Formats: sequence, structure tokens, C-alpha cells
Amino acid sequence: MNAPATFSSYLRADGRKGIRNVVLVAYLVECAHHVARQIVSKADDPSIQLVGFAGCYPNPYAFRIMEQIATHPNVGGILFVSLGCEGFDRGGIARLVEASGRPVETLVIQQEGGTRATLDAGIAAVRRLREQADQVPKVQMALSELVVGTICGGSDGTSGITANPAVGVCFDELIAEGATCIFEETGELIGCEQVMADRAITPELGARIEQAVVKAERYYTTLGYGSFSPGNSDGGLTTQEEKSLGAYSKSGNSPISGLIKPGEVPPAPGLYLMDVVPDGEVRFGFPNISDNAEIVELIASGSHLVLFTTGRGSVVGSAVSPVIKICANPETYDRLAGDMDVNAGRMLRGEASLGEVGREIFELVTEVAGGRQSVSEQLGHQEFVLTYKHFEPSGPACMPVRSGR
Amino acid sequence: MPEPQQPGSGLILLHSDDNVLIAARMLAAGTAVSIDGMNVALPTAIDVGHKVARRALKRGEKVSRYGAPIGTMSEPVAQGGHVHSHNLKSDYIPAHDRNAVHQSKEEG
Repeated sequence: MNAPATFSSYLRADGRKGIRNVVLVAYLVECAHHVARQIVSKADDPSIQLVGFAGCYPNPYAFRIMEQIATHPNVGGILFVSLGCEGFDRGGIARLVEASGRPVETLVIQQEGGTRATLDAGIAAVRRLREQADQVPKVQMALSELVVGTICGGSDGTSGITANPAVGVCFDELIAEGATCIFEETGELIGCEQVMADRAITPELGARIEQAVVKAERYYTTLGYGSFSPGNSDGGLTTQEEKSLGAYSKSGNSPISGLIKPGEVPPAPGLYLMDVVPDGEVRFGFPNISDNAEIVELIASGSHLVLFTTGRGSVVGSAVSPVIKICANPETYDRLAGDMDVNAGRMLRGEASLGEVGREIFELVTEVAGGRQSVSEQLGHQEFVLTYKHFEPSGPACMPVRSGR
Repeated sequence: MPEPQQPGSGLILLHSDDNVLIAARMLAAGTAVSIDGMNVALPTAIDVGHKVARRALKRGEKVSRYGAPIGTMSEPVAQGGHVHSHNLKSDYIPAHDRNAVHQSKEEG
């Protein structure tokens, strides 16, 4: 069966095309979280989703990610909920969203008159935003306009044999169709830096990739933990480099066109590596406190949907973009089948080839892009995590290709 | 798809240079497997995704999976033995377990 060449999408005023039409309610400090959550709960509509930033202190990274989330192609409008005294530049972000042509409203709890008044105003605001978002024109979108991210979570000894290389097969097919693919977590690519650098489209980019992995190793060594959980060990993985080699196979065999940082959108189609480890001295703690922090970064860099491989069995999804879950381990699949989109573990039982599973993922990508709900969407998973980090902008060597978008 | 070491044995070889095999299913202790033509009884149970020594490995020997090094043996192991954190260590960053918090408290 050939994949459909195009699928229906939402055309935003800024020209970007989305595969979902979500209205967001975003709290700008933990003190506004409850009110924002109540607004979303009262709406009782899976397309009205909660995102937010818990910190009171301003942070350029968090602002940048929130801006990219608020103006994501899958987002049709946003309500910001502020307490009133926090450091987040609520005026600045509202102006940026407005400039993107999306409807935006802001409620300040201290000015609205407290919890009940803000809740009432928020419910009305969300209703208006939903109506405006529904007016967005629907147009056809090609696979070549799609951005797909990938992440692995709860990896085990089967991940690098089944689900991860199958995503790599899917990525190679998507890139052959002209799509954009992003893989990530330089801390989980320690030991792969040389082979990765050899795939870069320029030697300068290759050198940057090696530097990014050296940075990750230094960062994690200072913290005292690698990106390696006890569950990885239970599942048969012993060392960081063993986990890395398995994770690396998600990237497939295409040339690497660029090295991006969270919130930077790839400038042209191709395969990109996302450097998720902060720049400079270690501060604010672990680079990403859990899988959803990385998923948010993939989405902030434009991912319309995310391919999530798991061996031990993750159940998460995400706000904004659909998450497709690919289970590497056949025994995990037997326990958690209701949370998985693809059973890549059947390769271990001789029931499918790598190419067949890769093709299944590719076809599911086109179907979910066309509107079919992934399993985590059906189950209502809409996790979102955004924390403090620090990045310097990428230099020109990181993105040799500049054109297109 | 990687080749089975021996059809039906439940162990797979990911790369011809590798010195470990991966369990494709749960294998009970005592299971008889064929490794490179030799019959070996597994001394311990092996869970899916875990590693088994393809041949006897000495302390200090590099372990290869996917044809690439994944660490160094800290203890020797016999052919068919379980290769994991008790005898294999990273050449980069040490792995941690669920006792890490208590251990650092005791040290600190």
C-alpha cells in the first residue's frame, strides 16, 4: 500500500501547517497552575490543553520554548494565565503570539479578582479562542512539510534491536519523501560521537556534533549520573555506551544536515540532531528531568508528531503534538498492549522483519498526521514539562543548510 | 533483523565480531543452548534483552555489541554466563541503581 501523498491540515496565518488544532491554556507560574487546570477541566474538550511553566524567576530558555509552543503549527490559539507578580514576560509573549496571527488572551489573577473570577473569565475566553481557531482554513499538506521527532524512554536490551532501528527505517523513508526528522539526547549518544560526526554533511558540522557529545559527557559526569535509569539496567542494559548505541539506531542512515538546540526549527528538510544538554557551567540541575521535557523540546523545534520507542513500557503522550508509541520488548507489549501503537518486539519472535515494522511505523505516521488518533491521544495523555535551562544560540557551522522555511 | 545464533535457541548475535549474545526471550537456568556449535547449559536465568557471554571473557576484556565496544569486564565470566553490571563496567560514566540516593547520603 502506498502512503497517501497528502493529508488535510490547518493553515496558520504565519504560513505554517498543523496536523492538530489545539487551544492551549498556559500558566506562567505555579501559582496560576490550579486556575489554569480548572479552566481546562471545565472545558472538558481534548482539544483544550494545559501547558505551563512553574518558575517565578525569568529564564530566556523557558520563554523561548513557551513562545515556540504557543506559535506551534498544531496550535490555534492560547490563553495565558498569570498570577500577576511572577517574572515571566506575559506582555512580550502575548505580542509574539499575536504577531503570528493566532488569537491570544491573557488573564491576570490578581487583576481579575481571584480564583473564581479568573475561572469564569477563563472559561469564556477558551470558548472564544476555540471558535476563532475553528475558523482556520483547512488545506492539503505533503509529507515533505512534516516534521517528526523521535525519543526513547524506558529503554532496555531489546530497544536497540527492534523499535529503535525500525524508527531508523521509518526516518530514512520520511527523509526520502522530503520530510524533516529530529533525533536527540546527546547524553544518550555518548560513545557514538565519531560515527555520527562522519555522517554530517560538512566537516565543520561533524566537529560541532563531537563537541556537543563531549559537552554532554562533561555535564553528566559533573552531575554524577549518566542518562541511565535503574529500569534500563533491569532490562539488560549495563552501560551508558551500550544504551547509546541502541538509541543511536533511531537516526537511520541518512546524512545529518544540522545540529539544533531546543526551540530552533530546522531550516530545511533532512535529518537533524538536537543538542539538549545546556551550555556553560552546570546549573539548574539535570538537562531534562524526564522524557516529557525532551518531548516538549522536540515539539518546540517544530515536531508535528513524535515517535516514542520504549522497552520497559512508557505510557506517556504529550500536549500539542501526537505521540506514537513503539514497544521494543514483546513481553512488555503483552503487559501494556493497551498503551502501544506498534509492537516492534514481534521481530524477536520471528513474526515480522525490521523492514516490515519500519514500514508500519511510516504508514502510521501518515495516518496520524491525517487525523487518526494515536493510542496516547485516545487515552487522554497530555503531559507537559518545562524547566529552567541555559543555552547559547547555535553558530552557523551547526546549520550548513539555510533556506526554505 | 539480527541472525539467531541457533534457530530456536533464544539467543541472537547482533554482529559477527560480538562476544556477547542477546536473549530474545526469557531463558530459565539450566536451559541448554548451542553457542557457536557448543552445547552450554545456562548457569542462571536470563531475561529478554539481557546478555550472555559468547565465549569465556577475562577481566579487562572489552565487550562488543552491535560490533562496537560497550565497556570492559571487571570480573571474568564463563561461556554462557550472564554479562551485566556485576561483571561489566562502562568506559565512560558509571551506571547507578535505586540505592544511589541512600549511598550518597551515607557518603555525605
